[in-house]
Amino acid sequence: MMRFLLLFSRQGKLRLQKWFTAMTDREKKKIIREMTTIVLARQPRSCNFLQWKDLKIIYKRYASLYFCLGVENQENELLALEVIHRYVELLDKYFGNVCELDIIFNFEKAYFILDEFLMGGEIQETSKQIVNRAIESSDMLQEDDHSEWYEVELFGP
Amino acid sequence: MALKIVKGSIDRMFDKNLQDLVRGIRNHKEDEAKYISTCIDEIKQELKQDNIAVKANAVCKLTYLQMLGYDVSWAAFNIVEVMSSSKFTYKRIGYLAASQCFHESTDVIMLTTNQIRKDLSSPNQYDTGVALTGLSCFVTPDLARDLANDIMTLMSHTKPYIRKKAVLIMYKVFLKYPESLRPAFPRLKEKLEDPDPGVQSAAVNVICELARRNPKNYLSLAPLFFKLMTSSTNNWVLIKIIKLFGALTPLEPRLGKKLIEPLTNLIHSTSAMSLLYECVNTVILCVQKLRILIEDSDQNLKYLGLLAMSKILKTHPKSVQSHKDLILQCLDDKDESIRLRALDLLYGMVSKKNLMEIVKKLMLHVDKAEGTTYRDELLTKIIDICSQSNYQYITNFEWYISILVELTRLEGTRHGHLIASQMLDVAIRVKAIRAFAVAQMATLLDNAHLLTGNTQRNGICEVLYAAAWICGEFSEHLENPMQTLEAMLRPKVATLPGHIQAVYVQNSAKLFATVLKSQEGDTDSTTTQEASQLMIDRLPLFVQSANLEVQERASCILQLVKYIQKLQQKDVEVAEEVCALFAGELNPVAPKAQKKVPVPEGLDLDAWINEPPSESESEDEQPKAIFTKEEPKHSRPRHTEVDEKELARRREARKQEQANNPFYIKASPSSQKVYQDTSGVEHIPVVQIDLSVPLKVPGLPMSDQYVKLEEERRQKVRAEKKKKEKKKRKEKRSGRGRKHDSGPESEEDIAPAHMVDIVTEEMPENALPSDDDERDPSDPHKALDIDLDKPLADNEKLPVRSHRAVEAQKSPVEDGERENAASQEPKKKSSKDKKEKKKDKDRDRKVKVQDYSTLTSLSVVCDIQGNLQDGSQVVVSVIFENKCESFLKSMEFNVLDSLNSKLQRPEGSGPHDGLVVPFQLPPGVSNEARFVFTVQSIVMPQKLKGTLTFIVKNEDSSTHEKLDFKLHFTCTSYLITTPCYSDAFAKLLESGDLKSSSIRLEGVNMPFHHLLARICFHHHFSVVERIDSCASMYSRSIQGHHVCLLVKTSAQTVSIDAKCDEPTLLGNVLDEIKQTFSQC
Repeated sequence: MMRFLLLFSRQGKLRLQKWFTAMTDREKKKIIREMTTIVLARQPRSCNFLQWKDLKIIYKRYASLYFCLGVENQENELLALEVIHRYVELLDKYFGNVCELDIIFNFEKAYFILDEFLMGGEIQETSKQIVNRAIESSDMLQEDDHSEWYEVELFGP
Repeated sequence: MALKIVKGSIDRMFDKNLQDLVRGIRNHKEDEAKYISTCIDEIKQELKQDNIAVKANAVCKLTYLQMLGYDVSWAAFNIVEVMSSSKFTYKRIGYLAASQCFHESTDVIMLTTNQIRKDLSSPNQYDTGVALTGLSCFVTPDLARDLANDIMTLMSHTKPYIRKKAVLIMYKVFLKYPESLRPAFPRLKEKLEDPDPGVQSAAVNVICELARRNPKNYLSLAPLFFKLMTSSTNNWVLIKIIKLFGALTPLEPRLGKKLIEPLTNLIHSTSAMSLLYECVNTVILCVQKLRILIEDSDQNLKYLGLLAMSKILKTHPKSVQSHKDLILQCLDDKDESIRLRALDLLYGMVSKKNLMEIVKKLMLHVDKAEGTTYRDELLTKIIDICSQSNYQYITNFEWYISILVELTRLEGTRHGHLIASQMLDVAIRVKAIRAFAVAQMATLLDNAHLLTGNTQRNGICEVLYAAAWICGEFSEHLENPMQTLEAMLRPKVATLPGHIQAVYVQNSAKLFATVLKSQEGDTDSTTTQEASQLMIDRLPLFVQSANLEVQERASCILQLVKYIQKLQQKDVEVAEEVCALFAGELNPVAPKAQKKVPVPEGLDLDAWINEPPSESESEDEQPKAIFTKEEPKHSRPRHTEVDEKELARRREARKQEQANNPFYIKASPSSQKVYQDTSGVEHIPVVQIDLSVPLKVPGLPMSDQYVKLEEERRQKVRAEKKKKEKKKRKEKRSGRGRKHDSGPESEEDIAPAHMVDIVTEEMPENALPSDDDERDPSDPHKALDIDLDKPLADNEKLPVRSHRAVEAQKSPVEDGERENAASQEPKKKSSKDKKEKKKDKDRDRKVKVQDYSTLTSLSVVCDIQGNLQDGSQVVVSVIFENKCESFLKSMEFNVLDSLNSKLQRPEGSGPHDGLVVPFQLPPGVSNEARFVFTVQSIVMPQKLKGTLTFIVKNEDSSTHEKLDFKLHFTCTSYLITTPCYSDAFAKLLESGDLKSSSIRLEGVNMPFHHLLARICFHHHFSVVERIDSCASMYSRSIQGHHVCLLVKTSAQTVSIDAKCDEPTLLGNVLDEIKQTFSQC
């Protein structure tokens, strides 16, 4: 099971955090702090895995962003790397050549995409197409919500 | 594209949205905190407004601020408000915020149960989806218990999108509410064979996770998984399945053999490294393959190879040990993760034979290592390796002590206390080594200045604690106790941390006692007098220590020595009495000893010894007592009776101490220099500066020489053994003993250097032997160790929310009423308003409520929806609601098929058979079932007659009931709202393939945008373009017909010009539109 996914910049600024188990703010902050320091201190061209307490940490850098996934000990590291890569692909598909700024300014979208891909620390959908479709349809729904027509309909003729 | 539209519409609506906030924060880099605090004030204002859109925007911003580390727990209630919004856009934001901010102790979670339940049963699959996603992050035991049944029902939802989410969240529910596992398991198992691959993989994930913790309960699933493994092509799912088998095989050895073939197939055929790794990891006999991984230039593979090795090590240590060279090589890798893995491996690889060699290699690495973290890791590993299983692999403790002493040279290590505790442990438990240890420790104390260096933060000075204690406790082994005593009382000691000074002081007293004892009977008493004088001279420094412990011990011992000195001057023999102070042996106590003491019979630990004090007593009097107790402490005579002389002396001593303290900033910088110079002259010359061997502690033997000695010793032992054997053989004249001769020495052959008596930890008498304390009671998975094959008992059924209500209403009067009600004629189309309201919520549905029937006992609402994927299918969702107090069961749904529309029935059933509704309805409960119809032509509207039969069951009787209804398939229900852009729309009109038709609506008295909304809403059109009182609209049928409208209005007349590639369909749709407007 995956425990958390963190996205942070080279400067150690957190860009996205997903906790698959409920945790208090203090615990979260502690983990974030440790993860950023440990991962940012890694030499380039090192392997992408770390052992941290009872968790495996798998991280990967894409441009200026670090994707850092904490998984339980029995998980497959390469699978975790593939999960990270898949998420990046999904972001890329949605934003079109995704960059850090996309995630900063549309952070809620990044979460929505993640929620269609992973859930409760497990992979929810292995098919890229289905994830994309789910995101598109939810966005369509959101678009519908905003149309003025609908507002009128609520109050009746 | 969709994103842009969404963004645009948010932009228009609010002054400061999330984007503005982010931009603002980026523009206020200097005064970020201030800027954010004003933003939070704004957000607080926004949250006070009634407008849900404003609130949602505020909550969205808060979610962002939460990520930046700001506390937003105060807005928890507002988050719940936004979650309850009926609009998906806001609901989505609300749930996102909740999943980021809520945790088990968030109290508003209690308020969310009903809202979540409502969302879970929402007809909109995305509402259900966000609720499930959110819940997966913050589910609590209460929520799990209350919602378990709802979620379990969702596992059989018609939409795979919901099913897979429901399956995944079930795992979280099990963890929080383990009672749900047994009732839910059969359904979970079904999902392994779900037609949708997403649902299937979700089920595999969950069962894999469950089985990993308690594999024996899942053995019966092995054949099913075996089938999946051989049929699945999804690598990610395969990895999970193989993992699951990895957990099952130890329990069922036959499984292993069966797995070999499919696994080897996968290993040979797959190109995915992750899958290969998983296979290799499972078939742990492929050590040679692993060597290839470790030798690979890809760091990731190297790491994983080492990791897999460490797993094999546990079962097949021999096969890994042959790769020692490779693993030692990995210690040189520049990647720290890899080095640490290699270290882990070494831990498991040591034997009596190779321990010294491995540790020697590690010591070399310690010298080379850059960065204190890695060096510290090496240090702890060396100690771990040596001390594992009660020093099992150490044959020569002299060597180990010298290793420990060598480790003390490490600068800046944090693990001084670890080395110290090892020294203490070995010295206490290995009696034979004490003499040697004491000698080493004495040298260490003598050279203490090298360890403390000039930095006090240096954790290594902890070893002095151990050294001082060992020298004191086992001082009878000291060759020159006087010299050690002097070393322990040097003024420099006063700069050490307090707890170490305390040990120094205490043990100097022990040494003093030894000196006295050794000189007893000697006529010449100069040594003893010197010793007392030394104590009296040096101890006052410690009496002034800021550390209370040091101060107390020093002043106590000082007085004692002064008294002894007086006695000495009278030639009284005191040695024996002084030694008696420290008599007795200290034995190590097992860490669990206290826990293992059995409770004597007849002793009740929970019973009060005295009558419990009354409430008032404890409240009023205790604080007072504490207060009065504290007072005498402040007035200790030692503090008050300081005379002028003493003060002056102390001042002097303090100055002295400050001068010795390199951290103290002095008035004249020169004094420090002078001090350093002099101390350097005093102490440093003994240091040999040898660049190839870093910093030897002079006079201390290097561990290497012990390695050599040990080698020699072993050879000697071997030679002797051989001799003996030869002798034996000569005597016996039999060749049987030959095989012992040539082979390499085995583990058992290496005898320890001296008979090492390892004192085992003490356990209390009658200690209860048990290993139950190994398991962590807080492990949530322990609760999930449940036998799943046992049939369900009644009390195990999941709580359904209406249970309590049922039990409350059981009066005979109501029974009678219900029977009347049930026999009443069904009331059709009773309230139009209700239907309308429902539609508002079901905005996403492609086709709206067509027909619904109510019986007072049962209400049926249905909803017809075209299937996007299949142009000939229509899905009818029917919500059955039980409105009476009885149980409804055996529901059968049947429709009279027409030529054009047919109900899809399972294979093998006749054309007139009814479909069994797959659930029963307890009173007050509603549930949804879906039925698929095949439709050939969609150009004409259709009405289908149907019946629903069911059994009304109450305590003593059950009656058969029947409900007739009509399903109305309008042409509109075949249309699906599809957006269309104006250019595409124009092309479509130009193409000329479309037939046109038009209608006029008179007396329509409503604003134009109301009119458009009405068409959009009721007939599934979308607006392409609108100019003043003219608009173009578009929709598409499930079979791909384009329907285009041009709507114009003037005065109260509306004219609609329409074009469609199917004129009949168009005519019917226009009729339906006309119908809609005639009703208002």
